[in-house]
Amino acid sequence: MSDQAQAGSRYDVADRAARSWGERLTSWESILALLLVAVFVVNGLLSPYFLDLFNLSDATFNFSEKALVALPMALLVLVREIDLSVAATIALASLAMGLCAEAGAGTPVLILVGLCVGLVCGTANGLLVTAVGLPSIVVTIGTMSLFRGIAQVVLGDQAVTKYPSGLGAIGQGYLVDMPPVPLSFALFLAAAAVAAVVLHRTALGRQLYAIGNNPVAARFSGVPVDRIRFGLFAVTGLVSGLAAVLLTGRIGSTRPNIAMGWELEIVTMVVLGGVSIAGGAGTVGGVVLAVFVLGFATFGLSLVNVPGIVINILLGVLLVAAIAVPVVAGRLMGRAPTRD
Amino acid sequence: MLASTAKPAPEAPALVVRGLSKRFGGVQALDGVDLTLCAGETMALIGENGAGKSTLVKILTGIHAADAGTVSVFGRPFAARSPRDAWAAGITAIHQETVMFDELSVAENVFMGHMPLTPRGLVDWGTMRAATAELLDRLDADVEPDTPLKRLGVAQKHLVEIARALSHDARIVIMDEPTAALSAREIDDLFRIVGQLKAEGRAVVFISHKFDEIFRVADRWTCLRDGRHVGEGAIADVTEADLVRLMVGRSIDQVFPKQDVPIGDVVLEVEGLSNATEFADVSFSLRRGEILGLYGLVGAGRSEAMQALFGLTRPTRGSVRIDGAAVTIRSPADAVAAGMAYVPEDRQVQGAVLPMGIRENLTLAGIAAGPLARFLSRDRELATTRRFGGRLAVKAATWDQRLRELSGGNQQKVVIAKWLAMEPRILILDEPTKGIDVGSKAAVHAFMSELAAQGLAIVLVSSELPEVLGMSDTVLVMHEGRIVKRLPRAQATPEAVVTAATGGGHA
Ligand SMILES: Nc1ncnc2c1ncn2[C@@H]1O[C@H](COP(=O)(O)OP(=O)(O)OP(=O)(O)O)[C@@H](O)[C@H]1O
Ligand SMILES: [Mg+2]
Repeated sequence: MSDQAQAGSRYDVADRAARSWGERLTSWESILALLLVAVFVVNGLLSPYFLDLFNLSDATFNFSEKALVALPMALLVLVREIDLSVAATIALASLAMGLCAEAGAGTPVLILVGLCVGLVCGTANGLLVTAVGLPSIVVTIGTMSLFRGIAQVVLGDQAVTKYPSGLGAIGQGYLVDMPPVPLSFALFLAAAAVAAVVLHRTALGRQLYAIGNNPVAARFSGVPVDRIRFGLFAVTGLVSGLAAVLLTGRIGSTRPNIAMGWELEIVTMVVLGGVSIAGGAGTVGGVVLAVFVLGFATFGLSLVNVPGIVINILLGVLLVAAIAVPVVAGRLMGRAPTRD
Repeated sequence: MLASTAKPAPEAPALVVRGLSKRFGGVQALDGVDLTLCAGETMALIGENGAGKSTLVKILTGIHAADAGTVSVFGRPFAARSPRDAWAAGITAIHQETVMFDELSVAENVFMGHMPLTPRGLVDWGTMRAATAELLDRLDADVEPDTPLKRLGVAQKHLVEIARALSHDARIVIMDEPTAALSAREIDDLFRIVGQLKAEGRAVVFISHKFDEIFRVADRWTCLRDGRHVGEGAIADVTEADLVRLMVGRSIDQVFPKQDVPIGDVVLEVEGLSNATEFADVSFSLRRGEILGLYGLVGAGRSEAMQALFGLTRPTRGSVRIDGAAVTIRSPADAVAAGMAYVPEDRQVQGAVLPMGIRENLTLAGIAAGPLARFLSRDRELATTRRFGGRLAVKAATWDQRLRELSGGNQQKVVIAKWLAMEPRILILDEPTKGIDVGSKAAVHAFMSELAAQGLAIVLVSSELPEVLGMSDTVLVMHEGRIVKRLPRAQATPEAVVTAATGGGHA
């Protein structure tokens, strides 16, 4: 018996793999970090205004709301789901805030309304995906049209512009004045820290990876797969509601086309951040770096008056290249074909 | 021994492998391996888990490229760069880990990559269906060519995989643990086919960890150990003990009967568990320290009943009591919360998270059983991994190695360890030692016995008769979805169990 019990000691298994510097440098996060440095260097050379603390902090206003939503979106993509209704959710939440503002509601109520509408939208998506069992891409394309449609029907070609100044102080305000840290940017950094801890340090995070890599085995291992997926949709809705509060406060108005097309920009942040669209791989650090790369590249290019359409084309090329390069490099280095 | 062949004799050996080497990162999977195989002969390729058997098969079928060495097939040099090259050279294989298309029909799976075409270049469905039906018939498989693959159980899928290999008119047929998912009757059919192939002058490579099979089908053997060729010869000249010693490097008590331990209180009571088609009226009770063997043929409904018990599917009827209190189990998460563990039959899909590491896999059930908002400690995870992984003799380079890089048997050990590490009160094992080598199997059996002595209650679903008989305090036999016999250890003879399993001896 003891002879058998010791059978295990026959093999010497190291605790962890030695990661070479080569591997570390070719990790996706390192590539993004290099890309970010390149963005700063190139833009700094192109325009003397780029490397200015106030300009840079101003630039964060343009991406912090999207970046906030990109965090829960990254977790959704990680578990093989997606929410394409986030921008429409922002529109619907902003609309609800607008209607309440016209009815005379104060800032705290407006914030609450924005968050609640977001949460309700996310919950609806979550129920359709987990309880009814529909694919999330179909569900959220549907709810995207639905939420946006409601906003358009109610608003027509009108806009709500009567917001209390308190809301503007949230959307345009600074948490710290020197160095200038906008509130929305600070919220993003805080949310990113929470997401990173959850994903990389907790039991929930490990289960997200397990679901993304093999949902069947995860379920067989006792992971509450549907409860977790439902929760992620709800959180994504809630954060979209928060984005609606910040955005509405920042621009001080609600139009039917508010946040139009943001879902794709958000998904772009997630994918460029190295979160596998097939699920199971990705880090919060990668998404944060991708947010900075995209945000500051856009800002720099607009500083030197590159038209918006051209910027979009450039970012599109960047995204496709980012996804293609590792695949092509892997082929060139002659990786053995894997069978699964 | 030489059967008449269509080819004029004498000819070169069917397969000659010389000095074949393959390295994966830090692991030398094959190290200068030689192998010679003649037409009309069956060669058993043996070795421990991780010895390099499947790696050799994958090189011969063009899935991996060798680092060094030569292969020749019927005297012609051969280097497969894809499975297609291998087919062209007349090599076909039943792989250990099947890769099939769940959404497609059985016939499409069988002929994937080489579908018969009509003169106008369209798929010839009629011919394909007929050929599939004929192949399945040879295997005595109760499967229709048009059924979508996803409706089949593991064993039936395996039969389809075998049919797929046989659909190539190959002169060399490689079978990597073809019997792992099958029960006695299907194994008999498979061996009949091996006999036919031999009689037709084809060469067969047969990989298995079961010695009774090796001695039944093989003419010669070749043994690998840690990627090296350590011996070969005629089966007639060796005993099982010789082969074990060569494989493992020491002798092993293979039969590891369960120790007699005091049987405690009833932990689990299952009453009238039924679903629409697969099982009906399954009732049993399980006590602390007891191992309950569940035997039956493939399709008898054993796995299906256990999956319903574990909350993976909804039974239409039936009640479950744990410690005398009624429980409702709607999901595996509920089952785990009730202290239950289930080692599933299909390790590739249901058991292993292949892209994740050993440590992450091994701790997953324990992590899922706890609260979501809890910090993980790498050190504690490593300690658990070392303890259970070591106890089950997992062979790996590091504990962070991805499961997909482990050999089949070692993946299975990690899946078992995952459930033991969760420290359940009720453990359901579905074909737990499938694909595990002799030494490790003894280690698993010893561990089961020890855990039972500590009060764990175990249900052992197994198609391997010696395992069921050796390990169980009580044997339940299922036939066509029902429990047809309950035999205490003393009365559980092979004849009694097999007769009941095939539906005989009802009166
Ligand atoms: N893709 C891979 N990457 C890294 N290591 C690998 C890979 N494939 C196999 N190995 C290693 O090569 C060795 C041989 O594995 P192989 O699958 O050939 O074993 P085996 O003899 O078939 O074992 P089993 O009886 O368990 O099926 C093992 O140590 C395994 O970990
Ligand atoms: Mg193998």
